[in-house]
Amino acid sequence: MTPRARAVGVAAALAVALALPLFVSNFRLFQFTQVAVYAIALLGLNVLTGYNGQISLGHGAFYALGAYTTAIMIDKWDVPYPLTIVTAGLLCLVVGFLFGIPALRLEGLYLALLAIPQILKYFEHWTGGSQGIVLSKPNAPWGLPLSPDQWLYFFTLAVLVVLFALARNLLMGRTGRAIVAIRDNAIAAQAMGVNTALYKSLTFGVSAAYTGVAGGLSAIVIAFVAPDAFNVFLSITLLTGIVIGGLASISGAIFGALFIQFVPNWAQDISKAAPWAIYGIFLIGFMYVMPFGIAGAVRLALARLGRRGTAARA
Amino acid sequence: MEVFFQQVVSGLATGGIYGSVALALVMIYQATDVVNYAQGEMAMFSTYIAWTLLDKGVPYWWAFVLTLVISFAGGVLLERIVIRPVENKPILTIVIVCIGLLVILNSMAGWIYSYIQKPFPSPFPPKPIMLGTVVFGAHDLGAIGVTLVVLAFLYAFFRFTTLGLAMRAAAQNPVSSRLCGIRVGWMLAIGWGLASMVGAVAGMMVAPIVFLDPNMMAGILIYAFASATLGGFTSPGGAVLGGLIVGVIENLVGTYVHFIGTELKLTVALALILVVLVFKPSGLFGRAAVHRV
Repeated sequence: MTPRARAVGVAAALAVALALPLFVSNFRLFQFTQVAVYAIALLGLNVLTGYNGQISLGHGAFYALGAYTTAIMIDKWDVPYPLTIVTAGLLCLVVGFLFGIPALRLEGLYLALLAIPQILKYFEHWTGGSQGIVLSKPNAPWGLPLSPDQWLYFFTLAVLVVLFALARNLLMGRTGRAIVAIRDNAIAAQAMGVNTALYKSLTFGVSAAYTGVAGGLSAIVIAFVAPDAFNVFLSITLLTGIVIGGLASISGAIFGALFIQFVPNWAQDISKAAPWAIYGIFLIGFMYVMPFGIAGAVRLALARLGRRGTAARA
Repeated sequence: MEVFFQQVVSGLATGGIYGSVALALVMIYQATDVVNYAQGEMAMFSTYIAWTLLDKGVPYWWAFVLTLVISFAGGVLLERIVIRPVENKPILTIVIVCIGLLVILNSMAGWIYSYIQKPFPSPFPPKPIMLGTVVFGAHDLGAIGVTLVVLAFLYAFFRFTTLGLAMRAAAQNPVSSRLCGIRVGWMLAIGWGLASMVGAVAGMMVAPIVFLDPNMMAGILIYAFASATLGGFTSPGGAVLGGLIVGVIENLVGTYVHFIGTELKLTVALALILVVLVFKPSGLFGRAAVHRV
């Protein structure tokens, strides 16, 4: 894809996103806000899994950590919510980085992350135990004529745009090349002078930070956190999202987020078991026929169209 | 002291179960170098097959053997149909396919058998066995016994049979094995079949304790991972021992350290393993992995 085509694509997507509140109800808008939240989390996980080749079934825990950080700061200390999200991201960055160090030596260590929701439930004084914490949705500032749902949509969208731009810069540069080199051949990367251990831990930290920010945003958007929402299946949902959206693709996070937000809702009408069956079938099916997900298929289609276009002109 | 022994005994009982699921994990890991996340759900599904047979009035031990045969065939089929197309793909791909299998099996069981818990019979008498003042549940003892028998069988199979030798060779060096005339692909399939069988045994031993439902293995799988990591993913005996250690420690800490109680038991078990692994990354009994460049 040429840089020009890419710029047009990004601009068009942004225009659609900005115009959306004019056309949909508050509830639909709330769902799209969640899509944006998921997209941030998926981008984080994709940096780790798609670009760096590390798998984690424990990212639901960072989502939980971010959500609780935000909820507790707002609930106990009345901290302004934009600040709590930054804190959630930084906290997850540090925890993720520290966690990444021992995780280098053994895969499967992230299972220990599964204990985080349990710990949260335990510190009842702070976290409200199994009941969780109820928050109130913030109103639009500066007297903007927006409903809380509309304001949160724009707020989340702004965070999303900033984080996507940051991720793109990170991945397109020297650091990004090191991250991908480790995935493709760790030993060769090391021989080329990449500090594999440091980069892997850093990637884990960055990935955790994104997921933590998403968790914090979700606490504000849903205005409620409870430990039971953060189980193994949340981690599997996130994994499904990146596989369907496209491994190692930035735009894939958006496609994946749309999928995990809307498809389970539709499938729920068939049977209680249906959403999971569909996740499973899509996971395996995509690995067989579309290993680079929807983003990969779009890229391929555009490349074909582009080639035909040049051929016709020549 | 009585309380102590009692807790050790019941820890051994749950530990035996963790150990048997861990054993199944290690089986596939050794044969294919992949951690099979679907292992727990495969075991759960096998247990449902056993339940169906028992429900039809088949006597327990017949149902037991039949379930093992069906599980073996099912494991082989899964490998042939689901895993084989991605056999030579990166590990990440195989892991994702396994996770897909996990959710499919889970939701299929929920679809067919519903999410309502079902009681599952134990083949052992319900009468507890007293030894001094310590009470042994007959089922707990039986479950440990069955796990040890399975371990002995596996050991003998891998150590003394030609097929076992061929399977070890195929796992260690697929290319050379193929040159020696070993059908590497089939060895992997048999590995999956055996692991599925071991899982079925574990499932049938767990179900009388936790009741049968589609999510019964979720918690146990985490402990099984912990046990296998603690014992070493390259050592079947270590995995079982790891399971017993995790079971006992979890129980003792839960009893004696008051602020932990029953709620943080899992956390403690995982934290402990973290500490062990920082000092001994390949687990207590595992060999350090050596990769050829």
